[in-house]
Parts: sequence; structure tokens; C-alpha cells
Amino acid sequence: MKVELENLTKRWGDVVGADSINLEIQDGEFVAFLGPSGCGKTTTLLMVAGIYKPTEGFIRFDERIVNQMAPKDRNVGMVFQSYALYPHMTVFQNIGYPLKLKKVPKEEMQKRVQRVADMMGIGHLLDRKPAQLSGGQQQRVALGRALVKEPQLLLFDEPLSNLDARLRLSMRSEIKRLQMELGITSIYVTHDQVEAMTMADRIAVMKDGRLQAYAPPEELYDQPRTLFVAGFVGNPPMNFMEVEVDRENGDYHARREGFDVVVPPDRGEKAAGRGKVILGIRPEDVTLADEGVSGEIYVVEPLGRDDLIDVRIGDAHVHILADPTLRLKIGDNVKLKFNTHKVQFFDPATEDSLLWT
Amino acid sequence: MATTVGPKGYGVEAGRLYAARRVFNSSIAYILLVISIIPIVIGYAWLIIATFSYRTEGLLPIDADGNVGGWTLRNWAFLNDPAIWHVTLNSLVIALGMVIGVGFVSSLAAYALSRMNFSGRKGFLSLTLILHAFPSVTLLIAIFFVLNFISKLPALGPRFGYNTLGGVALVMISLDLPLGVWLMKGFFDNLSWDMERAALIDGASRFRVWWEIILPQIKPGLAALAIFEFLSGWSAFLIPFTFTVGTRVANLPVYLRQLISDTAPTNWNQVAAVGLFQLIPVLVFFIFTQEMLLSIYSGGAKGGT
Repeated sequence: MKVELENLTKRWGDVVGADSINLEIQDGEFVAFLGPSGCGKTTTLLMVAGIYKPTEGFIRFDERIVNQMAPKDRNVGMVFQSYALYPHMTVFQNIGYPLKLKKVPKEEMQKRVQRVADMMGIGHLLDRKPAQLSGGQQQRVALGRALVKEPQLLLFDEPLSNLDARLRLSMRSEIKRLQMELGITSIYVTHDQVEAMTMADRIAVMKDGRLQAYAPPEELYDQPRTLFVAGFVGNPPMNFMEVEVDRENGDYHARREGFDVVVPPDRGEKAAGRGKVILGIRPEDVTLADEGVSGEIYVVEPLGRDDLIDVRIGDAHVHILADPTLRLKIGDNVKLKFNTHKVQFFDPATEDSLLWT
Repeated sequence: MATTVGPKGYGVEAGRLYAARRVFNSSIAYILLVISIIPIVIGYAWLIIATFSYRTEGLLPIDADGNVGGWTLRNWAFLNDPAIWHVTLNSLVIALGMVIGVGFVSSLAAYALSRMNFSGRKGFLSLTLILHAFPSVTLLIAIFFVLNFISKLPALGPRFGYNTLGGVALVMISLDLPLGVWLMKGFFDNLSWDMERAALIDGASRFRVWWEIILPQIKPGLAALAIFEFLSGWSAFLIPFTFTVGTRVANLPVYLRQLISDTAPTNWNQVAAVGLFQLIPVLVFFIFTQEMLLSIYSGGAKGGT
């Protein structure tokens, strides 16, 4: 099912939950709503589910406006962060509840619940109560309950954030595989950018109720449209520093105190002659070299595979990833080489990208 | 009061001292508690002894000649009177009526007040609280007029009018509703929204959500309210006494009052026996349900996982 949000707005008095959201989700697509807490992603999801009524704008399912449609008529399945299992019912009754409400005959219900439970690997737990299950199993029951009525749209509200780190990884790939196999259009709300990047076909980044960007993960990563998106997507986050870009002898130089690099003309020309602009570069695009910008190591954080190193250049700080076998220490002087084909430039006033509009 | 300094780091001697002091401190608390409970225990002891004796002097049963002794079952003779069973049944009807009436209305009303948005919600909440602050004595005359009016209505009159059990129950239910509504609202407020949303998305109507998903979560609260209402209905005196005439619709406390005559000498030992008779179901009931009753004060049910 195709889902379309048009100028979707939710306000409670002066409080704005979601501010004219426009986006379109293709049939079978997996879309993540990504943003910090309080950014309006769950509000938007609940409007799609029919729990909240939009203040303004439209929600369309396959061209049909569903603003006033009750949740039960929308044929959506939803998985909650708290799982929201019914504690007084067994696993069977939990998964079967949507079918019971649809008055599906007993035998068919038995079959469908068993099939979904087997698919989720909890077929042997049907007689248990939710309190007798582990977090991961509860999560599967919640997923099973969302899937059993064969919904046309699946909604996930931070479903993995209550699981421990390892389980989160395995459930992540499982949900992704399940979604691809069943081909159900899905919206996945998360504040974890890794989850969004790995699972989604497209990511909608939100902040303060507004849609900041809506693009496939790679595009979001390589061509961030705003400073917020650039800083929010990617781990460790992008480095930012204020520079001035000037043209000298046909080359574009980005300069600040103790820092002077030549940037490619296609990027440099868009930032040149604007006074101070914000230069952004990801940690993996800065490497240690024999010559280049010199700096002093300020902090070393071992991450295991890499060391995350905070290098001070003048009064700016740049995070880079380095080989732990180099045994770098605080206070060491190093030279940095910037992969200038990956630099980003942002307008400090509007925080919009100067490169991608 | 027990000191909060732990025994860690003390020597063996100091540790022993600490233990001794703790025993001393807690024994003081026990002694104070026992002393303060003595008058109540004596009261109950007298009640039980008095029902089986001609007279009592202090806690000693006395026979007709003034000697110690004189045990008798004479005071329990009222059990042979059919009237006592009739008023007991009336008490039961009032108590159960209050359990059902207050339980049903306040769990619905409190759900609406806790979960739904409508104009006048805040005003309604504070108004019920103010109404609860009125002592019911001040309302007696007004309620009399209301019941009198209901008496004249064709179908409702004989059931809920003046001098009917229904009327008494109705008045008592309405006087207890503010308390019930506020209490249940507290339990509903503690439940997370997610479960309710999940049920709505699963396809339930609002009423089914209330009945199948939400009510089972607040069973402890509902049980506590039911017990509370049963006890208050069982021992109700003022309303039944005011709005009933004669023994046809009297309940146990009113029957008890009728034993205390202004003109003839009162057989206090019989009064004690009837009082004990009224107390027995309550005591039994309370022993089995006190845990739930206590949850009224402990903040309510924990919903979900």
C-alpha cells in the first residue's frame, strides 16, 4: 500500500508535534523516521495509525484520504517500544486478539496464530503469559500480533530500544528480512541512526516537528542537506569547523588559524566569497600522514578496531579514526591529510548545505 | 528510632554494642505499640465475653446472684427471631448494591475522566471532590425531598423511593461515587497508553478496550473498591435510619439501634451480641481480603511489563 502525507500537522494549543510533513512512501517500501526524542516522529506515526487526529493536512492510503478513519479500519499493525502486550492474556490470546476482534472462526484463528508464532520462533510458548517471557520473546509476540492480521502497513515505534545490544542486532536483521519477504509497506521510528541506515530504503530525518531530509541512506550520508542531518547521521559524528574559502591562483583554499587545505573547485566555488562558512568532514575522511595540517593529540579513545582520536588544530577539534597499533599518546604532534573530495560546506546562518540544494 | 550508621568498620565489641542497641530500639517501638493497642483489645474481649453472660463487671461475667460465672446463650436468642434474618438480608442487599453500583459507575466515569478529552473535565473533577467534602448529614433533608419525589414516579417509586431498599442504596451509592471515581481515576492514570493504543489498532472499539484490556489491569483496584464499598454498605446507619420506617427495610445497624430503647432498660449484653453478629462476616471478609484493601493506599496496579 502506498502512503502519502501532505502538509501533515499536529498541534496541541501552542505545542507543535509535527509541522507540515510532506512525504510519500511507495508500496513495499521500508521507511525510517529518524530524529532525537521529541522531534515529532512518534506523533507522526500515531497519526498514520489513527490514534491522533491531524490538526491539518492529509494522510492518504493508496490515494484515499483516511484522516477520519478509525484505527481499526485502517488495517495497520503496530509494534510498540514497550511491546504493549496484554499481560492478562496468554501468548496465543495476545497474537489471536486482532483475529478475535475480526470474528475469525476458531479453527482458522488457531491455524493463523500457530503459523505466525512458528514464523517468529515462539510456537512452543503459546500457553505462557507475557511476564514469563524474555525481552526478545516478548518482542516476537508483539511482532506476531502485528503480523497476524496481515496488515497492509506495518508501524514500528522504536521496537528494539528495550533489548540488549546483541539481541538488537539479530532482531534488526530479522525484521528487515521479514519485511522484505512479506513485502509489507513499513514505517520504522527510531532515534538510532545505525538502525535507520541499515534497515531503511529511505530515511526521513526529523527535528522539532519538521522534516529535515528524506532520502536513501547513502544519499543522506554523502549529501546531507542540512547541518543537522550531517551531524546526526554517521557515527562517530561529522567534524565541523568554521573556515573562510578563497580563490587563489585558481585553487580554492579553506582556511582558518593553523589550517589551510585546498578543496576541489566544484565544492570550493560554492563556498567561496561568502565570508565564514562551516566546513564538515567525516572522521573516516581524515587520515594521519607525513605531511599536511599539523595538530596535537588531545584525547585518545580506544574503540577496539580503531582508536578515536581528538586532534586539536589551533582552537578547533577534529576527530579521526586511527590504527591502535600506532600507540598514539596525548600530546603527540601529528599531521593530518583531509580527503577534500568529501568535504561539506554549510551556511552558518541558515544551516543549509551550500553544496546540495 | 534505629540509627542509620552501619556496623561496618566497627570492632567486634562495637558491633555487639550496635546489635544490642538495635534490639533495644526495636523493643521500645514494640512496647509503645502494645500499650496503645491494649484499650482496643480490651474492648473486643469485653464484647465477646459480654455476649455470653448475664452481666459483666469489668471483664468478669457475673450471674444473677452477683457471683462470678453465669455463662448463658440467652443473649443470642435473637437468632430465632425471623426479623434478624430479614434485616441481615437487607444489609447484604445494600452492601452488594453499593459494590455493584459504585464499582460499575466509577470505573466507567473514571476511565472517561482519565483517558478522554472533553470540555468541563477539570471542572467536573474538582466539583466531585468538593461534593465529597460535604458531610452527608447536611444533605439529609434535601435527599428526603428527592426520595419523596421519586416515590411519586410510576415505575421507579416502589423500588427507589422513600422507605425502600433501592432508595437507600441509591442515596448511598451517589454519596460514595466521588470517592470511587477519584480512586479509580488514580488506577487508570497509572496505566500506560501503549496497551490501549495497541488494542485500538488491533481493531477493538473503545468500550471493548475498557472492558477487555484496561479493566483486567486494574483488578486489584477494583477489588479494593468493592471491599471498601461492601464494608461501608454493610455498616451503613445514618442513611437507612433516616429514610426507612419499621423493620421491613431496616438493616442490621438500624435493628441494633431499635434495641436501645429510651423508656425501658436496655439489655446491653444483647446489644453486644447483635453487634458481634454484625461484625463476624466483616471480620471473615477482612481476613481474606486485607491485602487487596491495602493496595488502595499503595498507589495502584502496575500495568504491563
